[in-house]
Amino acid sequence: MNLLHYLDSFYSDSANWSGANGIPERLWQHVLYTLMALGIATAIGLPIGLVTGHTGRGGNALAFAATAARALPSFGLLVLLTLLMGLGLTPVMVPLVALAVPPILVTSYEAVRSADRALVDAARGMGMGPMRVLFQVEVPVALPLILSGMRSAAVQIVSTATIAAYVAFGGLGRYIVDGLYQENYSKVVGGATLVAGLALVTLALFWLIARVFVSPGVRRGGR
Amino acid sequence: MSSFFRMPSDLQHSYLGLVAWHLQLALVPVLLGLLIALPIGQLCIRFRWLYAPMLGVTTVLYAIPSLAFFVVLIDWTGQSDTTVMIPLTIYTLVILVPAIIDGVRSVPPETHAAATAMGFGAARRYFQIDLPIAVPAIVAGLRVATVSSISLVSVGALIGDQGALGNLLEDATQYHRPILAWSSVITTAVLAILIDGLLVLARRLLTPWAAR
Repeated sequence: MNLLHYLDSFYSDSANWSGANGIPERLWQHVLYTLMALGIATAIGLPIGLVTGHTGRGGNALAFAATAARALPSFGLLVLLTLLMGLGLTPVMVPLVALAVPPILVTSYEAVRSADRALVDAARGMGMGPMRVLFQVEVPVALPLILSGMRSAAVQIVSTATIAAYVAFGGLGRYIVDGLYQENYSKVVGGATLVAGLALVTLALFWLIARVFVSPGVRRGGR
Repeated sequence: MSSFFRMPSDLQHSYLGLVAWHLQLALVPVLLGLLIALPIGQLCIRFRWLYAPMLGVTTVLYAIPSLAFFVVLIDWTGQSDTTVMIPLTIYTLVILVPAIIDGVRSVPPETHAAATAMGFGAARRYFQIDLPIAVPAIVAGLRVATVSSISLVSVGALIGDQGALGNLLEDATQYHRPILAWSSVITTAVLAILIDGLLVLARRLLTPWAAR
């Protein structure tokens, strides 16, 4: 059991702390890929999930689309697109977005759909139009679930973005892939702890976002 | 089209051989995960305080990238199927444990009380009442776990040809033959959709009382 030894030699190596292959730079790249993929996936999944959840129609088509997107193997897609298009951002982003859309889409659909019907009826009775019902009643009530879908999408992106290094891209995966080929386990273990740490920070951030943005009434009434 | 199914000889497997190997690498972990998650779920229901730390531990393990997990395990289990299956088994827990708990908790208390009144013991009540009613939630968890497991097996290619259909991807890059990558991606996706369909079918057969 020399994991601790690996960790120590990784983190105490000053070469790992500066320059293009330094931890700050790699971490920043990883965060950028994650934000970009999460942003694109949210832009695709959230509006569709909200609208279908609001109208209650298209649930089956949506479930099928989500299953199809989940079925796409991330690593295979990355290699295939790189072969077809050459090195670039698109082959890296497509698998990450495909990974992140289903949880966002499905949970936002379920969340809006399962919003308390009595609340929605009351809002309609007060003369709210469909837009106001959606944004002032259904979305606030559904927010905890919507955020949980985005959270699980974000954690999966953080973990999967490591494979971008296989096609000569940056990010924390560099340490894992380079360490694998150089048989330098301290790099692999060090990179893995950085990715896992980033995933935990992501979880904490979402917890914080939920604390700030979920209405206290919803939090008390809900689970 | 024929090269879609004709595998390069260095893979030492036929197309169907790769498919069978891929299914084994992906599905054994889901089954093991289910067997581990059922007692863990039951423990978390019995002792509520266990749930939060349990979820914390599985989430941390889930956050470790599969490739790093494989590489670290090579030290202990070598370049073998076991090395690929251990992380996949652990990943399923973060999906299956909450699914099982949600499912068993969805059993109405009056159903529970009725079973007790009919003289069911704890074990009989668990297998004949709790589990059947929890089937839809458990199957929902199994669907997500299975599909993600099928996708993740391919990453095993990076630790020395342990990725079944994923091994095609390395050959595709090496020989620059995109058709092999197409074959890998399409076959993996079709497998995932087929197994997903089978799980939906299994749910319908296991819950004949559910509304269609």
